[in-house]
Amino acid sequence: MKPKHSDTPHLHVLQNRLESVGGREYWRSLEELADTEEFRAFVEDEFPGRSPEWLNPPNRREVLRLMAASFGLAGLAACTKMPIQKIIPYVRQPEEVIPGKAMFYATAMPVGGYATGLLVESHLGRPTKVEGNPDHPASLGATDAIAQASVLGLYDPDRAQAISLYARLSAYVNFLAVMNRVREQQHQKKGAGLRILTETVTSPTLAWQIGNILTEFPEAKWDQYEAVHYSGSEIYHFDKADVVVSLDADFLGGMPGSLRYARDFASKRKLSEGQTSMNRLYVAEPSPSITGSTADHRLRMRPTEIETLARSLAGRLGAGQAPAGTASAQVEAIAKDLENHRGSSVVIAGLQQPPAVHALARAMNQALGNVGVTVTGIQPVEAKPVDQIQSLWTLVKEMNAGQVDVLMILGGNPVFTAPADLNFSTAMGKVNLRIHNSLYFDETSELCHWQVPEAHYLESWSDARAFDGTVTILQPLIEPLYGGKTPHEVLVSLTDQPDQTSHEIVRSYWQTKHTGADFEIFWEKALHDGIVPNTASPVVAAGPLPAVPAAGRAPDAGTLELNLRPDPYLFDGRFANNGWLQELPKPESKLTWDNVVYISAATAVRLGVENEDMVDLEYRGGKLRAPIWVLPGQADDCLTMYFGNGRRRGGNVAKDAGFNAYLLRASDQPWGAPGVQLRKTGNRYTIANTQHHHSMEGRGIVKSATLAEYEKDRDFVKHEDPETPKSQSLYPEYPYNGYKWGMTIDQNVCTGCSACVVACQAENNIAVVGKEQVVKHREMQWLRIDRYHKGDAANPEVFNQPMLCQHCEKAPCELVCPVAATVHSGEGLNQMVYNRCVGTRYCSNNCPYKVRRFNFLLYSDWYTESLYGMRNPDVTVRSRGVMEKCTYCVQRINEAKIDSEKEDRRLHDGEIVTACQAACPTRAIVFGDINDTTSQVAKLKQQPLNYGVLGDLNTQPRTTYLARVTNPNPDWVKT
Amino acid sequence: MAQLFGRRANTIAKASIAGLLLALAFIIWASTELNTSAYAYRVQMSQEQPVQFSHKHHAGELGIDCRYCHTSVEVSSFAGIPPTETCITCHSQIWADSAFLEPVRASFRTGESIQWNRVHDLPGFVYFNHSIHINKGIGCQTCHGRVDYMPLMFKVNSLQMKWCLNCHREPEKYIRPREAVFSMDYQPPENQMELGRKLVAEYKVQKLTDCYTCHR
Repeated sequence: MKPKHSDTPHLHVLQNRLESVGGREYWRSLEELADTEEFRAFVEDEFPGRSPEWLNPPNRREVLRLMAASFGLAGLAACTKMPIQKIIPYVRQPEEVIPGKAMFYATAMPVGGYATGLLVESHLGRPTKVEGNPDHPASLGATDAIAQASVLGLYDPDRAQAISLYARLSAYVNFLAVMNRVREQQHQKKGAGLRILTETVTSPTLAWQIGNILTEFPEAKWDQYEAVHYSGSEIYHFDKADVVVSLDADFLGGMPGSLRYARDFASKRKLSEGQTSMNRLYVAEPSPSITGSTADHRLRMRPTEIETLARSLAGRLGAGQAPAGTASAQVEAIAKDLENHRGSSVVIAGLQQPPAVHALARAMNQALGNVGVTVTGIQPVEAKPVDQIQSLWTLVKEMNAGQVDVLMILGGNPVFTAPADLNFSTAMGKVNLRIHNSLYFDETSELCHWQVPEAHYLESWSDARAFDGTVTILQPLIEPLYGGKTPHEVLVSLTDQPDQTSHEIVRSYWQTKHTGADFEIFWEKALHDGIVPNTASPVVAAGPLPAVPAAGRAPDAGTLELNLRPDPYLFDGRFANNGWLQELPKPESKLTWDNVVYISAATAVRLGVENEDMVDLEYRGGKLRAPIWVLPGQADDCLTMYFGNGRRRGGNVAKDAGFNAYLLRASDQPWGAPGVQLRKTGNRYTIANTQHHHSMEGRGIVKSATLAEYEKDRDFVKHEDPETPKSQSLYPEYPYNGYKWGMTIDQNVCTGCSACVVACQAENNIAVVGKEQVVKHREMQWLRIDRYHKGDAANPEVFNQPMLCQHCEKAPCELVCPVAATVHSGEGLNQMVYNRCVGTRYCSNNCPYKVRRFNFLLYSDWYTESLYGMRNPDVTVRSRGVMEKCTYCVQRINEAKIDSEKEDRRLHDGEIVTACQAACPTRAIVFGDINDTTSQVAKLKQQPLNYGVLGDLNTQPRTTYLARVTNPNPDWVKT
Repeated sequence: MAQLFGRRANTIAKASIAGLLLALAFIIWASTELNTSAYAYRVQMSQEQPVQFSHKHHAGELGIDCRYCHTSVEVSSFAGIPPTETCITCHSQIWADSAFLEPVRASFRTGESIQWNRVHDLPGFVYFNHSIHINKGIGCQTCHGRVDYMPLMFKVNSLQMKWCLNCHREPEKYIRPREAVFSMDYQPPENQMELGRKLVAEYKVQKLTDCYTCHR
């Protein structure tokens, strides 16, 4: 049975329903809101179309074969002795290594050039998990989903594993010999035929190396192209901002420094910490982002409309030429709010916005007196800030003219990511020697002579700068698994010391920077701390405001506008082979394994398309066929697509997933513009969406109020939904004499970024199931983020609710297990014992929160050798037929408890940090001992906002939530 | 025509049905017994090793402390298997030419680890922590037996869950003073139960029988 969640309900039907019967206040999807027959049938089943394995009738031969096999195995099992396993000690044990104890090393992960500081957990030399580095300005201890998933990227069996020439195995010495000849030839031409193409470079060492090469070969050139290029010359201080206006800037999730920004932003929003005031966020954006979902006022606008908004807002604030006509009531309200918060507000423009909007944002900050307070200009973090599309365009022109003999591509995948109109691959074909240094044998490697496997950042010595310029020296956690080379090492092949290691290169650069006799101390300290002190970019005085380009002509009504964006998890496509990220539901739509064309319901109705319809898109000669997805909150007449999917090469996971939006990228409009054509094809395409899974049937699961309502009635949560008295249970209370574990999740600051989901996956060895299984609702993530909507179907308010095992006091699952595989612990954990589980799934059936996950098939990869090293040795790798769920990271609890017992003391509050809690950028998740009344979690549970989900069932969950409070502008006029 | 089945056929049929059921029951019982037997768990069976290392000689006759080789037993879940280097510290001087020790020297020369056969092994879903047991007054000998009498290592206990639970339910019976944890010839006193109760209170030993104590 195919899930019938594809019929797009007509918008006016939805609106009528909402208005006439009051509607459900909160809803999860348009289908649920429309409440169609199909939808009800669909959600009735926890696993729709269940057990299709049995739908293929087995034939006689198959049955006999299986029976014979099982008898044979049963017989064998009866007379096996325990197998003898090997135990393999070191020959020389490193001094600091204690087998069984994890060690942490500081390093950083650069994405798009910008580093996030990390502490990487290592078990006997195997990195297994990353945590944020609390001392690093871009992390403050938090991580994002991409960093969490990078461990899988390291052990990915699909990585390029050997150096190759014409896709055939070669050796590095051969490569060095070729480079030696290149060096001789180019010396004669002063390097006129030599081009180095990199991504955004912030690494001081790499910039120094390139500089040296350009000195040696004065006519050689260095070009840069990064598909998603952030120019870091401004940083924001959201901890000082009371009013924030985001013009399509996803500052909570999608730019360098997001983790820091999210922490700062949340600090102004947490009512749980005795704060009584909140900041206010206005977001204007075409397609829902995590920043938009956190907004108090979200303006649903096409990209071109955002420019108009920026112009009239700037005009109203006296920071620019106001367009003709009077400003709308909404602009008026925002402007007033900003004016009331001079010096404590931020106007921020997004990556996809044209220069005009960026210039206007700067002018507005200037006019509001924010510059130097909440917005600081800094010296660019990049080594050479250039217009990268221009840089690539020049390179293509030179290649076409035959001026390039040797092209070294260090990282990146330009054949895949370059704007389609540049015809990069054709131009590259005219270069005599093409060298690609990359993690995967990808679309670019395919068209290069040499492919040199790149070392993963966890295998590399290097350095990189954070959004504010702070340098981290990257140190390797493991020897390169496949003999990978860092860009530093590939570059020295052009010098007279071609076999320098990156360790030597990075060290020798820093020796030029720190010349004192105490270099070793400096070096050790920098490595240990994960930051090089005093390297943040200096603040620069605000220069003259750039001129604001004149407004272009507004597009005709009904013109479809194309809006291209980096994927929230796959970024520009470099993480497309990462199963954790592919299977991670996208925050705005809960889609997995694909990218789609997002469209608003009204536009879908107008164009006669519905979910999973394949459509042909055409934009400036670029053509693409992709499926449609109707998204609440999407701007009308605007089609949004993510880059990153639709890879032709670069790994088995990447290859079959999604559609390549780069085919629509034009060099002068890299993020799209009006004028895209859409044609229905009549074909359909199945999309794996998790939004309806485990639907909660419209019960009061999410609770919220505005700040004004909260002020009036602090106990609104209890008045809304009085809890069942505990005495109503027939079961006796458990005594808890020792610890009593509990968790709170603050929905006020949860942005839905999903870092916790991947952190949980990495910590607990959770399997990836694949698209086909997600369609059957068999995803395995223990922690999911439910997304609820409220109000207006076209532009709803959004509520994120992380949902995991609630560790109920009166757990319904415990009572129904026939083999006592799920039982209550003396500390209140709801224990799941894999070795007892026989797979009846009664527990899952009886769980009101639907947080139990069943291994319908052998999802854990038991056979790929490279993945063995990745697994957390403290957690069982589950097999088929076993139920699993959140354990509150019991391995961390036990470890900390044992350590404290050895010291004969009780655990301190905050000593145990669950994986999800550690990753959370906004510290929405708090875990601890409820018996300790001074613990943070115990205090939070006393807050008036605290409530248990489905409290009326008297399950008495240990995980409770803090209701969301929004801070809308009282002067706001709805349009 | 003569009767095909005689009078006894009914009895035989009944008896063989009963017999079959009994046989089936026996097979199930026997295979369960066999599967959980000391034999299947290799209890009391010496394990061949790449080097004929004798605990009897090292721990017994020479009196080397357990922790000289099993260095992390007090701090980590894993007691630690000595690196080749530890062997070589003595055996570069003593028995430096012994043919028995060639694998050790080879390992040191080539950098290839010695691959020992594991004697005490737990299933993958069981997480045992040495350090906490040591710290709570459980002697090495309590679980591993008189290692100082074992020329080649063998298990004296099955390490089955029911065996673990014996002690987790009644630690008084097995606990000893911390000073005696590494002693091989410690004899429980006459008043073990009395002493045990005192030590359990003093060391704050919890009778942990929650599944998550070991399984996760």
